[in-house]
Amino acid sequence: MSWEVVIGLEVHTQINTATKAFCGCSTAFGSEPNSQTCPVCLGMPGQLPVLNGLAVDKSILTGLAINADINLESKFDRKNYFYPDLPKGYQITQFTVPLVENGYLDIPTKSGEEKRIGITRIHMEEDAGKSMHEGLDGVSHIDLNRSGVPLMEIVSEPDMRSADEAIAYLKQLHQLILFLDVSGANMEMGQFRCDANVSVHRPGTPFGTRAELKNLNSFRFIKQAIEYEVNRQIELIEDGGEVVQETRLYDSVLGESRSMRSKEEAHDYRYFPEPDLPPLRVYQQQVDTIRAGMPELPGQLRRRFETEYGLSPYDADVLTQTRALAGWYEALVAAHASDPKRCANWLANELLGRLKELGKDIEASPVSAHRLAGLLDRIADSTISGKIAKDVLDAMLECSDDADAIIEAKGLKQVSDSGAIDAIIESVMAANPDQLAGYRAGKDKLMGFFVGQVMKASRGQANPGMVNARLGVLLKG
Amino acid sequence: MPFSTLSDIQSRLNGGEITAVEVAQLYLDRIEAHNESLNAFVYMDRAHVIAQAEASDAYRAQHEPRLLEGLPIAVKDIFCTQDGPTRCCSSILEGFDAPYDAHVITRLKEAGAVLVGKTNMDEFAMGSSTETSAFGVCRNPWDVSRIPGGSSGGSASAVAAALTPAALGTDTGGSIRQPASLCGITGLKPTYGRVSRRGIIAFASSLDQAGPMTRSVRDAAMLTEAMVGHDAGDATSVADAPIVSWLAACDKTDMKGLKIGKPKEYFVDGMDAGVRAEVEAALKQCEALGAEIVDISLPHTEYAVAAYYVIAPSEASANLSRYDGVRFGHRCDAPDDLLDMYTRSRDEGFGTEVKRRILTGAYALSSGYYDAYYLKAQKVRTLIQQDFMQAFEQVDIIATPTSPVTAFQVGEKTDDPLTMYLSDIFTLAVNLAGLPGLSQPCGMTAGLPVGLQWIAPAWREDLLLNAASAYESATAWSDLAPEAFAVKGDKV
Repeated sequence: MSWEVVIGLEVHTQINTATKAFCGCSTAFGSEPNSQTCPVCLGMPGQLPVLNGLAVDKSILTGLAINADINLESKFDRKNYFYPDLPKGYQITQFTVPLVENGYLDIPTKSGEEKRIGITRIHMEEDAGKSMHEGLDGVSHIDLNRSGVPLMEIVSEPDMRSADEAIAYLKQLHQLILFLDVSGANMEMGQFRCDANVSVHRPGTPFGTRAELKNLNSFRFIKQAIEYEVNRQIELIEDGGEVVQETRLYDSVLGESRSMRSKEEAHDYRYFPEPDLPPLRVYQQQVDTIRAGMPELPGQLRRRFETEYGLSPYDADVLTQTRALAGWYEALVAAHASDPKRCANWLANELLGRLKELGKDIEASPVSAHRLAGLLDRIADSTISGKIAKDVLDAMLECSDDADAIIEAKGLKQVSDSGAIDAIIESVMAANPDQLAGYRAGKDKLMGFFVGQVMKASRGQANPGMVNARLGVLLKG
Repeated sequence: MPFSTLSDIQSRLNGGEITAVEVAQLYLDRIEAHNESLNAFVYMDRAHVIAQAEASDAYRAQHEPRLLEGLPIAVKDIFCTQDGPTRCCSSILEGFDAPYDAHVITRLKEAGAVLVGKTNMDEFAMGSSTETSAFGVCRNPWDVSRIPGGSSGGSASAVAAALTPAALGTDTGGSIRQPASLCGITGLKPTYGRVSRRGIIAFASSLDQAGPMTRSVRDAAMLTEAMVGHDAGDATSVADAPIVSWLAACDKTDMKGLKIGKPKEYFVDGMDAGVRAEVEAALKQCEALGAEIVDISLPHTEYAVAAYYVIAPSEASANLSRYDGVRFGHRCDAPDDLLDMYTRSRDEGFGTEVKRRILTGAYALSSGYYDAYYLKAQKVRTLIQQDFMQAFEQVDIIATPTSPVTAFQVGEKTDDPLTMYLSDIFTLAVNLAGLPGLSQPCGMTAGLPVGLQWIAPAWREDLLLNAASAYESATAWSDLAPEAFAVKGDKV
């Protein structure tokens, strides 16, 4: 009998407000340590939290996007523990009544069908600061710039059955968050962090004891950590052992995890209602307004691209990876309305590939949608061939000239004059008598040879359609 | 002069009879002369006080005087002030200088007050006698072998002995009203949410409220007027709190038509007979002024002490976690590791009573006990609120003794925390219900002051002031001064 894997995920994502959750300090990343602090986020005596309303709105927006219930009255609680980067000695979080409950996300699976992953809750909380121990010769430093930065904790149901499903869920969630513009979700900057609860059991039996894997900060490590943990638990059980409930830390260098603390060592956080903050009341009208301002979500956009522009599911998927890319595509279509499919091909296959090599994303593209449209216009009106257009695009990435200027300067204009093409064909036929004889004797495959030779002789500028048509006539003699 | 009220001093300042500097000097001299026997002030900077008074005189020369122009006000050591140290009378805040003023301190400065210094208190406001202070015991001017009450004992003692004409206190379970009662002065705890808590060192956030301690009802109204108002920096400060005409509310001289509730649970066996007699006499006086006394019941009163001593320590256990030796305040010498730093810094920095409350609170919140203690206490709190709401359907206002006893001897109850906790038995239900309460002097027994407590519905401080000023106008208890500190040949 096989093992079934059960995975639930907790994602902490930083809400991208300009100021912190409970004070006016900046949330900018990478500043001088402790330069973005004030008496409130330093936990000084007598200081009180005041909730950032925009962080609430962004959490509501996220809740609506995962089809969840918004609690019109939720509560803040204090989670008590001592750590030097937690200035107040407690974290303000939502424990008993979170802002968002009962949502879900549909994820793609290998079979091609979608699978629904339940999302138990999204609650708001504040981040802690950062402790630094390495290279400080036995001294620890504390940076409280991150202290009080608003977070959403997004808690899934234990609905995933493999590491691949977990990754699919995380990618879907990551994409959604970026679309909603509720978080930078940059994993390297710690703006999107994941804890995974993993257990194994025999199908049809109760869930096994779970282990919690902490602070996984790349999709690759998450997959590795889950797979490692699944194997560890299966081996343990098959060797007659028992999984214990514990928190484990994955070491991405060693590719293994170790126990951080057992259930017995688990903290008693002594949660209780935060008396400094009244219950969080939101109004239905506020929720409705936020819903009305909801941007198009990835799935909706994908479907619209397929129907409105006739794109293949694959192209539609590629072009809706980020809101910026989708917007770029639509700007391109608007500027080059004649052929949305050509737009998709040139953006997805040509421009994105080149940008990837340059290490740039679409927002930093040296070629604007308008300039690319100018190039596609020249393909459409047969001024240049698609092949020449690729060279023009290469040139466009290196300068700020329009396609027309480059075509003009390099003399790349396509030859569509039948007299000129016939002249080239004649000279090619004259230069290759043996092949001509072969073709005329029935070797049809030599057609390709002649096309190549003619294109070469025209330095690629001959209109390929016309070359084919004229060759068909002239070769026969 | 020193035993004058703020209003008297204000009219003499306004009349040009004296200057703010002269007023300040008079009280500074008294602090220097008497503080040694009372230990009411824990910090005072003479030059800084004079500088403020000079600035006030200069302001007055150019402008209309502000609400508290040139008036000396002392503040409990729980209010953060940019000037001078803020210690909450605890060793753990050794060396701490707040880089900010509490919101109410800003309000007082804007009103032109002269801040004369910091007054003694129970450490972190945890106590009813001002004996747990890191700066030593504070004493009652009516009998220096006795305590002044607490936790705002320094403010009460200083006002009663006229070392300052008025002071600020804070009240979490009676910490303004009980010492006011024991020292024979007036103390007002406003409705929860009326005064911003920002910059006031937190004891129990859902109960704490700052208020005035003064020599008259009108002074209390005047000082409250300067303190109140919405503060966007305190989410529990109420934005649309009903407005009170603070000074006009003090013009009442009779109680015609007033229905006063007399709760049977506040007149019980075991309380001091002298206290009971004085309060009963005061209620007779109220009847003479036209009030109707109605016997009422607040049936859940007996659970108030237990509920309070779960809720307040629970909140305190978290509020005091920030004193960890990491960023400010006391840190132990040469810690072995992080845990050692935490435990020794806190062990050395906190006094016994503070530790007792942190432990009590942490226990009440811990897994497996939360429902039985914290949650149950919150349910009791709701019942107590309902008791008051039902009572206020029958009566306009409630009158009780402020404290079941008069000032007790220094050291009398320090070994018996439970008996000490009962000192607040008549005051702490008011905090649990978030209501406004006022204590005013209403008699003397065995040479010690007795306090009368008024309790009104939320936001009806005007009713407290109406009743208290009518009572005050018909009696002379507020005018009494402790003889040892009285002045012969008042020179001003």
